[in-house]
Amino acid sequence: MIDTSSIKSRPMQIILSLVIAALLFVVFAWSFNFMRGGDSPRLLIAIVALVVGVGGIWALFLTADNLVNQFPIGVRDFLRPYVFIIPAFLVLLIYIIYPTIRTIAISFFDYTRGGTPSNFGLQNYVAAFQDSALLIAIRNNILWLIFVPLFSVSFGLVIAVLVDRVKWEKIAKSLVFLPMAISFVGASVIWRFVYYFATYGQQIGLLNAIVVGLGGDPVGWLRLEPWNNFFLIVIMVWLQTGFAMVILSSAVKGVPSSLMEAARIDGAGEFLIFFRVIIPYVSGTILTVTTTIVILVLKVFDVVFVMTSGRFNTDVVANMMYNQMFTRGQYGRGAALAVIIFIAVTPVMIRNIRSLNKA
Amino acid sequence: MIKKLLLLLIAVLLVAAPVWSGGQQEKSGKAGTASDTSGVDYSDNPYTDGQDLSGKTVNIFGAFVDEDARRFTASMVPFEEATGIKVVYEGSGDFETLITVRSEGGSPPDIAAFPQPGLAADLVRGGYVYDVSDWLGMDYLKQQYNDAWLDLADIGGIQAGVWYRASVKSLVWYNIPTFEKEGYEIPETWDEMLALSDRMVADGYTPWSIGIESSGATGWVATDWLEDIMLRIHPPEVYDKWVAGEVKFNSPEFREALDYMAEIWFNKDYVLGGRQGIVLTPFGDASTPIAIDPPAALMHRQASFIAAFFPQKGAEIGKTVGFFYLPPIDESLGNPVLGAGDFFGPMQDRPEVRAAIRYLATGLSTKAWIEAGGFVSPHKDTPLDWYPTVADRGIAEILQDATTFRFDASDLMPGPVGAGTFWTEITAYVNDPKANLNRLLQNIDNSWP
Repeated sequence: MIDTSSIKSRPMQIILSLVIAALLFVVFAWSFNFMRGGDSPRLLIAIVALVVGVGGIWALFLTADNLVNQFPIGVRDFLRPYVFIIPAFLVLLIYIIYPTIRTIAISFFDYTRGGTPSNFGLQNYVAAFQDSALLIAIRNNILWLIFVPLFSVSFGLVIAVLVDRVKWEKIAKSLVFLPMAISFVGASVIWRFVYYFATYGQQIGLLNAIVVGLGGDPVGWLRLEPWNNFFLIVIMVWLQTGFAMVILSSAVKGVPSSLMEAARIDGAGEFLIFFRVIIPYVSGTILTVTTTIVILVLKVFDVVFVMTSGRFNTDVVANMMYNQMFTRGQYGRGAALAVIIFIAVTPVMIRNIRSLNKA
Repeated sequence: MIKKLLLLLIAVLLVAAPVWSGGQQEKSGKAGTASDTSGVDYSDNPYTDGQDLSGKTVNIFGAFVDEDARRFTASMVPFEEATGIKVVYEGSGDFETLITVRSEGGSPPDIAAFPQPGLAADLVRGGYVYDVSDWLGMDYLKQQYNDAWLDLADIGGIQAGVWYRASVKSLVWYNIPTFEKEGYEIPETWDEMLALSDRMVADGYTPWSIGIESSGATGWVATDWLEDIMLRIHPPEVYDKWVAGEVKFNSPEFREALDYMAEIWFNKDYVLGGRQGIVLTPFGDASTPIAIDPPAALMHRQASFIAAFFPQKGAEIGKTVGFFYLPPIDESLGNPVLGAGDFFGPMQDRPEVRAAIRYLATGLSTKAWIEAGGFVSPHKDTPLDWYPTVADRGIAEILQDATTFRFDASDLMPGPVGAGTFWTEITAYVNDPKANLNRLLQNIDNSWP
């Protein structure tokens, strides 16, 4: 890599690199305007996006790398990580950090659709916590938080251990994993049919068809308080068990057979092995899977939005935020709820990142 | 290394250059062929003030999708042929969210088709909408629309758009074969309607099908009922004060309306599926029971648009399903009509946008849609004989015969109430027989900003 010829033409190299970088930015600016114009056929726009997006970024990295190579070795090693990190950091800054700060800022102002933020204060938080609907939403979030991870991780672990010993393991695991391929909205639409209540004619909903088939009266499941919360939670468990199972299955396979044999020789039964050998051995994985699901559940929105939109006391904080923000146009109130969710998610995130760093 | 980079850059430019010029060529090519082949004089039309604006594009963003979007696009053809301006319509079910995001994000469409004035009011406040009276003149607008419509488009001191579609809400749809078989007569008063409901129950029928489920907007059907009742028991001035927040929800006036609604809704024999059916049935599905054979229910109060929701097989308007005007309660108040409408607000100022707005203010712009059916035009210059069916003409006549016309109150109230607590608290009231009505109504009043 270090050859003498490049040292000779170093100033030339630096100038060339800078010129190329400048040209690249011209290309970026042009392609941005081209894509935004919207007059051209979609296919053309897609091609430009791909060519400039992939090729351009690649060229930019190569140019930057080339520029770094012109510096003395010590400086190079110091600079190189920044060259690769800064673009990613800028994207994060624009799309994550700036919106986060702005949301936090908005949450302290009176701000509604079409208006401008005014009147700094805690009024949005005060109003949020005086709203009995928020307390119900928080209660429901806690129900979700307890039961989704509990059931999906337990089912996932049990299935992982059981199918480990059968011939048709792959088929069984595929079946359990299948719902993972369905989006939250898609799954909710499916379950709407399961819970469907027909006012006349035949019950086309699965549950009500069973109830009527057994001689009962059809039930409006989604308004059956407080059980309706659990009917929604079941959907998420159905979706997440596959995820827990796949990760836990690989952990279970990692339990050394010598350990299992030793336990058996010592006279441990299958239950004892499960609770005293397997679970302690995979406890790290269980914790990681649980925290991942906890974060997902803290942000739960789609399922509730599609199934009930928060009616019949099934609201959750994220759905409330959406309603305040987009349906009612109360940006300040919505932002305050977003901050509440953000604060609730943060400790779990920190724990998850720490455990990832350890591994 | 640097050579490779240069090569790569050249490659990128080479690929990009033809794309660029290609884009340009295509643009000029289109305009060229259009003027070459047709040989039309694009400056001679009532919309462009004598300018030739052919080849320009107007983007319209609105809430109609699917069939509605196709019909709207078809009704823009006369304008495109006369001016050579291309109208690109984009519809989204999430219009209400996206229009705000787009406006505030600095890329509003040329024209937005607002389904209600409440949302537009927020955008007018933000300064995103142009005043059409500056463009067309108040005299011209008065010639095209009734004062009631112009008052409704008068938002924040400007005419925020031109009305395009009217929707009549005070309609009761019914199953014609059963009415004929049993000799039921169309009720002329509210009391007659209740007597008819009792007779239907005695004859073994379920009189009403009601469904208020509509995902995030659940409850709007209930608000429509209540608005219709408010117009029938109080003078329009009370209605206007209620819309303005001066008559509270927790007031004798509004509670009286609730009582009228409860008399029908909470009577188990009257409503298919009872309270449970009302809160769980999607509003679109609630129209089906009256249109099937044999019908599961006989009457359904819903706006004119519901015609598109009847099952395609077997439901023929005029033969299997008909409609009558929701009868008055206090006859001294005449025949009030509750309605809604879509209006087009300009969000960009270019000559071709002005031309499109001028076109949308004429009845001609709705002709294709009227002829496709299920459409009522608010334009004064729309002749009744364009309406293809007796039913469509009937709805247009109800609108013309109205002694009072009032816009859907929930659409006019501030978002936190009209698109928020009014829906949710009334839904809670309908859902739970033990609900604390006092508290629910107080919640609505408290949410008024």
